[in-house]
Amino acid sequence: MAYAIEGATGAWEVVVGLEVHAQVISQSKLFSGSSAAFGAEPNTQVSFVDAGFPGMLPVINRECVAQAVRTGLGLNAVIHNVSRFDRKNYFYADMPQGYQISQYQHPIVGTGVVEVELSDGSVKEIGVTRLHLEQDAGKSLHDRHATKTFIDLNRSGVALMEIVSEPDIRSPEEAGAYLRKLRSILRYLGTCDGNMEEGSMRADVNVSVRKAGEPYRTRCEVKNVNSVRFVMQAIEAEAARQVEVWESGGSVKQETRLFDPNRLETRPMRSKEDAHDYRYFPEPDLLPLVLEDDWVAALKASLPELPDAKKARFRAEYGLTAYDAAVLVAEKATAEFFETVAKGRDAKIAANWVTGDFFAALNKTGATIDNPPISATDLGALLDLIADSTINGRIAKDVFEAMVETGKSPATIVAEKGLRQVTDTGAIDAAVDAIIAANPDKVAEYRSGKDKLFGFFVGQTMKAMAGKGNPALINETLKKRLA
Amino acid sequence: MALDPTTIRRIATLARIQVDDDRLEPLSQELNGILGWIAQLNEVDVDGVEPLTGGAQMAMKMRDDAVTDGGYPDKILANAPDRNGAFFAVPKVVE
Repeated sequence: MAYAIEGATGAWEVVVGLEVHAQVISQSKLFSGSSAAFGAEPNTQVSFVDAGFPGMLPVINRECVAQAVRTGLGLNAVIHNVSRFDRKNYFYADMPQGYQISQYQHPIVGTGVVEVELSDGSVKEIGVTRLHLEQDAGKSLHDRHATKTFIDLNRSGVALMEIVSEPDIRSPEEAGAYLRKLRSILRYLGTCDGNMEEGSMRADVNVSVRKAGEPYRTRCEVKNVNSVRFVMQAIEAEAARQVEVWESGGSVKQETRLFDPNRLETRPMRSKEDAHDYRYFPEPDLLPLVLEDDWVAALKASLPELPDAKKARFRAEYGLTAYDAAVLVAEKATAEFFETVAKGRDAKIAANWVTGDFFAALNKTGATIDNPPISATDLGALLDLIADSTINGRIAKDVFEAMVETGKSPATIVAEKGLRQVTDTGAIDAAVDAIIAANPDKVAEYRSGKDKLFGFFVGQTMKAMAGKGNPALINETLKKRLA
Repeated sequence: MALDPTTIRRIATLARIQVDDDRLEPLSQELNGILGWIAQLNEVDVDGVEPLTGGAQMAMKMRDDAVTDGGYPDKILANAPDRNGAFFAVPKVVE
């Protein structure tokens, strides 16, 4: 069922396009040699170029160009061997040049496509219009002083990729799926860390509504939304507002708006009407950016396996379900963790442990996959202990808990706590006999046909053996003795 | 293309240049003179000619990705009309 907003005059379709600004991972800035690292003391990572001093000339960073090309390739996009930079002119206190060097008419990357998976299991293609390179601005701090704004130019000149989607998105869910997929691809490629909280990935959301079959109506741009959840909420709020405007006889005005996550509504930015007259012109300080075919081919050859390819391989190679495979490939580090655990072992059992107990442990401890509470090697060793019958499945859960708590290896924990599974048939026979002797009434009931009581005997025996009995042997022995 | 005083006013605003009213008319004449002179280029037939983005027919040089600059906040802030600690300070900008 397609997403729609039910208005007084019937259903409205939502049309969304996203502009994502992704900070490029590099050592130094796009056009200067100062550091692009996050979190340094204010204005310590600023060169005269970044501060817009007169006469300073930009020189492009080869790695930033390579990162843009890698990203373009990862988005199945056309790479333009000749592209160009333009000046986008506007005044803002954290942009000392008075213009942003960007790519307007001739971006480095052209049309591409991102495949997203939706909750109903369907797959949808979202078109990418273009990707271009540009400079980031500095950072304004408005809350440090009553009458002044403080400016830190450390971010000024850091390379950004602006990735523009086609207006192919038709629901908040699709927008969320697109953003998550894009973030996953960027992280796999190592071209952007995708961290929306720190602002290294930000989205501008273009929203309009229309009746089925109509051409596009006027859109509004919701600026600088900084989480996947907020993007989804902003679309819902803005679409509902526009439906109300149209249905009350008004018309939507093309404007830039801000999303207020506390009130779940958008409001217009108090900008001057000419704020969008950027007077683009070709950047006179830079020559055209020309890429050699061999260089692009070498970048292509060195691309890592991307989420879609990895997912297909996980299904084919490990026999995983589409769902498990999708969960495991979403983060590169998770996929690597899983593959370490699964190597040479039963992959489905490995997938169950990783997506089950291991993910639960991550949630519980608040740890991330990059710094997990237990290593993939140790989890693999635990699976080996189950496979060779050293411990049974129930004890394994206890060992896992102890591993998370102490960081010790599973073999150490099993040895220290004496958890080794009892496979000695003599001991099992004795335990079973004791239980049968202690429960003559239950034995009689069972023999008269109450089959469900079998579980009672298994439980009692296991309890008597402190959980360490081999379940298969206990079952076998009980069946013989109770027959 | 002719620039009327209203357009001049708008361009001046975008460029944050203050222009007094009595300068609008002379300025539009001066700028129209320049534009008219440049407009002669429109007489050249450029059908099928690639746009030229610079005088030098060469590709852009690229530099290696290494940190070679920065680390001198005092020099960066030396000309700031106002500062607070290591920050530039400007009149409050609130959106």
